[in-house]
Amino acid sequence: MLDVQGLRKVYDGRQRQVEAVRDLTFTIDDGDLVCLVGPSGCGKTTLLKCMAGLLPPTSGEVRLRGRPVTGPPPGMAVVFQEYGRSLFPWMSVRDNVELPLRQKRIARGKRRELVDEALAAVGLADTHNAYPWQLSGGMQQRVAIARAVAYQPDVLLMDEPFAAVDAQTRADLEDLIRQLWQRLGVTILFVTHDIDEAVYLGQRVLILSSSPTVVQESLRIDLPDTRDQLHTRAEPRFTQLRGHVYEQIQAAKRGQRPPAQAGRP
Amino acid sequence: MRAAGVLKRAGLVVALPAVLLVVWWFSSAGSTSFYAPPLSKILGTFAETWTVERLRADVLPSLLRLAAGYAVAVLVGVALGVLVGSIRTVRATLEPVLEFFRAIPPPVLVPIIMLFAGIENTMKIVVIAAGCVWPILLNTVEGVRATDEVLSDTARSYGLTGPARLRHLVLPAASPQIAAGMRQALSIGIILMVISEMFAASNGLGFTIVQFQRTFAIPQMWTGILLLGLLGFALSVLFRFVEMRALAWYHGLRQAQRSS
Amino acid sequence: MTAVDNTPVGAGSAGPDRGTSAPSHRAAPTRRRRPPTALLGVAGLVGLLVLVQILPSTPLVSSRYLPPATEILAALVELLGDGAFWSALGDTLTGWAIGLAVAVTAGIVLGVLIGSVPALRAVTASTIEFLRPIPSVALIPLAVLLYGTGLESTLLLVVYAAFWQVLVQVLYGVQDVDPVADETARSYGLGRWARIRHVIWPTSLPYVMTGVRLAAAVALVLAITAELVIGAPGLGNRIAVAQTSGAVDLMYALVVVTGLLGVGINLIARAVERRALSWHQSMRGEVIV
Repeated sequence: MLDVQGLRKVYDGRQRQVEAVRDLTFTIDDGDLVCLVGPSGCGKTTLLKCMAGLLPPTSGEVRLRGRPVTGPPPGMAVVFQEYGRSLFPWMSVRDNVELPLRQKRIARGKRRELVDEALAAVGLADTHNAYPWQLSGGMQQRVAIARAVAYQPDVLLMDEPFAAVDAQTRADLEDLIRQLWQRLGVTILFVTHDIDEAVYLGQRVLILSSSPTVVQESLRIDLPDTRDQLHTRAEPRFTQLRGHVYEQIQAAKRGQRPPAQAGRP
Repeated sequence: MRAAGVLKRAGLVVALPAVLLVVWWFSSAGSTSFYAPPLSKILGTFAETWTVERLRADVLPSLLRLAAGYAVAVLVGVALGVLVGSIRTVRATLEPVLEFFRAIPPPVLVPIIMLFAGIENTMKIVVIAAGCVWPILLNTVEGVRATDEVLSDTARSYGLTGPARLRHLVLPAASPQIAAGMRQALSIGIILMVISEMFAASNGLGFTIVQFQRTFAIPQMWTGILLLGLLGFALSVLFRFVEMRALAWYHGLRQAQRSS
Repeated sequence: MTAVDNTPVGAGSAGPDRGTSAPSHRAAPTRRRRPPTALLGVAGLVGLLVLVQILPSTPLVSSRYLPPATEILAALVELLGDGAFWSALGDTLTGWAIGLAVAVTAGIVLGVLIGSVPALRAVTASTIEFLRPIPSVALIPLAVLLYGTGLESTLLLVVYAAFWQVLVQVLYGVQDVDPVADETARSYGLGRWARIRHVIWPTSLPYVMTGVRLAAAVALVLAITAELVIGAPGLGNRIAVAQTSGAVDLMYALVVVTGLLGVGINLIARAVERRALSWHQSMRGEVIV
């Protein structure tokens, strides 16, 4: 579904060039839920923007369904961390969710349906006419998620979406994501700095090295498909996996690079 | 209890002005000064000076010219502002030039434009437009430039480009800034409306007031000043009313941010 | 029309350059260096001069209405050698400065006073809202009658217009005072005057600076207006004279001077504002003015 080959991004500063991302190669299959974790400053946001077509890579390629991504492709939806700044404050919740659908030229009746479904799916069935700034942080992020879901994308990219919400809300939203993933079968790439979250959510966790970034490791999460905050997090396997990821990230921070690996999924 | 609240608020609004008016009335009551006639006389002359005929013949043309010049300024200012604000190189190139033109005191435009456009209606409308356009233009440029980055990325990722992007992202995002520019432009417009008429006109509010002054019709002159003041106030209230409705979302947003 | 800004966003990619950052066989495509902003700005100004030079020779614009840039510049240079010009400039600046000083003082004093006493604020609110939008040009006939073409006419207009700019900003500033800070001060036994000095004034300072900047610009406009329309001594007066006597290049040269004056005042005011705010932590949200 989503294929990243040799992605490299160099920033042209005034004094020097900064190589943020050196070589990222990985594949995400249809219907996967993959989490991306890494030490801070490892270029997670850069990677996400390149994948979303918002930032041109210096070299390397991103392919969506085999077609190269040169600008924001229609099959992708992005949910940003700053929910307050990604929802249009002059539009109601309904209009916010509906706008991308109008761009896609979907008929009005169908639009209504999609909007209603999406808002119901995130648990906001009765806030249609409210304005984003009238809602709490968690609710605003739900609106952003509803907007992405209504868009019916092939791939959903999420950039540390729950970093700015409180812990309780975060737990609810994590479960919401897994629900949506299971119900709708959408492919999700979830970027986070929270190791627990990555292990809890993902089928696979891609661990990034520090800058200049490469894929440190690709880890399969073999926890059961039905997860819940209380029990899954108490399982010994969870603790093991979590510990492993933590070790890898610490190693990454110390500058230990993975042995040369070419395109290991 | 609500009635009491409303009364109290109404009382606060009216209290000081009422006191000032009363003071003015009584302190000028016995006035024999030529330039400061008693308030009673001024108010008395008001109705006979500003008859419906005169209002139609003098005040209406002024207002129409103001409206026309202002409308032109808004259209040109916003259109050019969006263009300049969206393209970095154009903005950087034009910014000093625009700032220079903005710094020229608007009344100075009157003699200049008089050269080109004579002394008829066109001149006044052009003068008003030429003076009003700057704050609108520069504020639009600033508003467009400062479009939130996350919002812009979101719009792009959902395929919002071209005219749709302008309509749904750029203009709404810049609208608070544009509104501020339009407010400044309104005060400039009123000033230019009056001055262009004082300079060269055959009708209009400014013209009439100057006529009164030149013919030493002092109480009438005062009524003209009062009317001009009332007009300024009325337009400001009208502007605020429209702005509150159009930018209700913005005021709601600011309030939510402030209380958090 | 999307202006894509390729600045690194929160990538935090300040990682040290590992030694092997030499271009690999997949070399980065060379990016066109964007011309610096300052250079573009200068280019714009030059472009304007070129335009003003060329336009009068086209059939679009008669050189009677718009002389070519070279003539305007020549007139400008001539002005600089003319004593009468400098005295007119001095007159304008005098009216501006005195009027501004009076307006700022009155604005700050009244603003702080009214702002710190809620009862006063409530009572005066409607009066301020009514008087504020009254165009200062309404006072022109009055000024003419009272003071003729003297400096006082200019001062009447300047003070009236500039005062409101300062007052409104100071009122915003005083309102923005953190009630917690005020309560704390009060609980430490600071009386009203002490609180004004130590809590209210520092918080409102940014607003005062904004008010002064706006007032400075408005004061110039009104000073020139008074000179233009009433005939008080100053640059505005000279512009009117130049126009009626047909000395078009002189008129434009004077207009350029007033523009430069406006730009200069604005720059200085912004610089002063920045200095005053550099050590002052401003907690307000963006005040769009």
